[in-house]
Amino acid sequence: MLYSEKVMDHFANPRNVGEISDADGIGEVGNAKCGDIMKMYIKVENGIISDCKFKTFGCGAAIATSSAATDMIIGKTIDEALKLTNKKVVEALDGLPPQKLHCSVLAEQAMKSAIADYYKRQGVDPLPLVGEIGECAACH
Amino acid sequence: MEKRFVYADNAATTQVSKPVLEAMLPYMTEHYGNPSSIYSMGRKAKRDIENARLKIAETLGCGASEIYFTSGGSEADNWAIRSCVLSMAEKGKKHIITTAFEHHAVLHTCEYLAKQGFEITYLPVSENGLITAGQVKDAIRSDTALVTVMYANNEIGTILPIPEIAGVCNEKKVIFHTDAVQAVGNVGINVKEQGIDMLSLSGHKIHAPKGVGALYVRRGISLPNLIFGGAQERNRRAGTENVPAIIGLAEAVSSACADIPGKVRKVTAMRDRLIDGILPVECSRLNGGRDNRLPGNVNISFLGVEGESLLLLLDMNGICVSSGSACTSGSLDPSHVLLALGMPHEVAHGSLRLSISDETTDEDVDYIIEVIPKVISRIREMSPLWEDIINGEKDMDSLLKWVSPVRKMVNQ
Repeated sequence: MLYSEKVMDHFANPRNVGEISDADGIGEVGNAKCGDIMKMYIKVENGIISDCKFKTFGCGAAIATSSAATDMIIGKTIDEALKLTNKKVVEALDGLPPQKLHCSVLAEQAMKSAIADYYKRQGVDPLPLVGEIGECAACH
Repeated sequence: MEKRFVYADNAATTQVSKPVLEAMLPYMTEHYGNPSSIYSMGRKAKRDIENARLKIAETLGCGASEIYFTSGGSEADNWAIRSCVLSMAEKGKKHIITTAFEHHAVLHTCEYLAKQGFEITYLPVSENGLITAGQVKDAIRSDTALVTVMYANNEIGTILPIPEIAGVCNEKKVIFHTDAVQAVGNVGINVKEQGIDMLSLSGHKIHAPKGVGALYVRRGISLPNLIFGGAQERNRRAGTENVPAIIGLAEAVSSACADIPGKVRKVTAMRDRLIDGILPVECSRLNGGRDNRLPGNVNISFLGVEGESLLLLLDMNGICVSSGSACTSGSLDPSHVLLALGMPHEVAHGSLRLSISDETTDEDVDYIIEVIPKVISRIREMSPLWEDIINGEKDMDSLLKWVSPVRKMVNQ
């Protein structure tokens, strides 16, 4: 199993680690039993994700995908952010070993779950906008 | 402290030692004859591999004709366990006893035999990583073909009571095999005195090169052919012998076993200093008891930490370690050995194995003790699981009971 240089860079120097105390949306996915938990915080201003931070318990790929995903949605509108797929995160990292692809799925789900939480706080039903956020298939 | 390179993964593999390398080199460039050739260069190669066999046999306390060279520990385990397919199944004996925390070379071979109609009993392991001779005795049946129990565990380093277990098997006339890959050079082994019928060993764990090992099979036990072809290895494993590796293996086995008490004393002192230096990290635990433990093995779990990221960060600090077994990397499940101790997945995910050798220095130990707590803090700072633990927000009792207490009380 080999990680790309980009994965190693995001792992060694993760971007946007931490919490946002006055976050507008918080999402948490994964579970400790599987060895991966991602928690993402977003700050939304005028429909734009002005800040995004994360905390991750997990392997090198889990940390790198969290870091890359947060980097990719900061400054984007919510609609643009929702178009971020796990595949795009994997591409941005120059690939992931096959058994680590589920980490990129978690990163996508964490981001979507934070946006869903934002909608809920706004009194908007997130389901039609964000869709169903399933469990990671690799965990079951 | 200045960054240094520390190899602390000797249970995965070891550096080839100078004496081993020097013993091997002439067999690549000067004495390269085929041991099956009848001219003098071939005869020399033949004589020297037979001397190597004798040297290993003398170290293990058996006859030279009872030693078979293999490509390593896994091959030896496969061969030993599969040997009972023909010899025992014919007699209607189709039951094998092993433990839940064997190496995969044993477990997967047993799984294969289960598909061939064998019934396998996996003895449960105690929380401190041991099994007793009594458990084996109770599990033996009239149709038991083989008992296979490792001499020492590769992940948590526990040393099992092999002479007692072998004694029970001898009494019940059941063949006893042990995977001694991790034990050779750390525990005094005499197969005849200890009643062992078959034993696997590997070269690269004791400073010989990779790709060579041996299987001891007591005379009288039928061992089927592994590879058909030439007459090498008493007609049972065809193929031109790996002469340099065999010469290296003999040198490695005899030097690993030359002064076991001295090495154990020296390495155990460093191991205990490592354990005492790391365990103060809150929410940690030593896996496997301190007694009956390999001198070089430290296996510690840290709650709220995932093993792979810990391993990668230690690598960035120049420290080579394993999380679980290197053999299981690529799998997403935590180590079957740690799970066999009854540990929850969450605790098993945060495990770290350090395996030091007599080459490890006091400075290496100091460096590891300094780096590990810093790396753990860094990982925990970004871990939402750790956040839940120190905030006491979720019910974590089922995890917390496995580790030392949380020191910080954030809400006070």
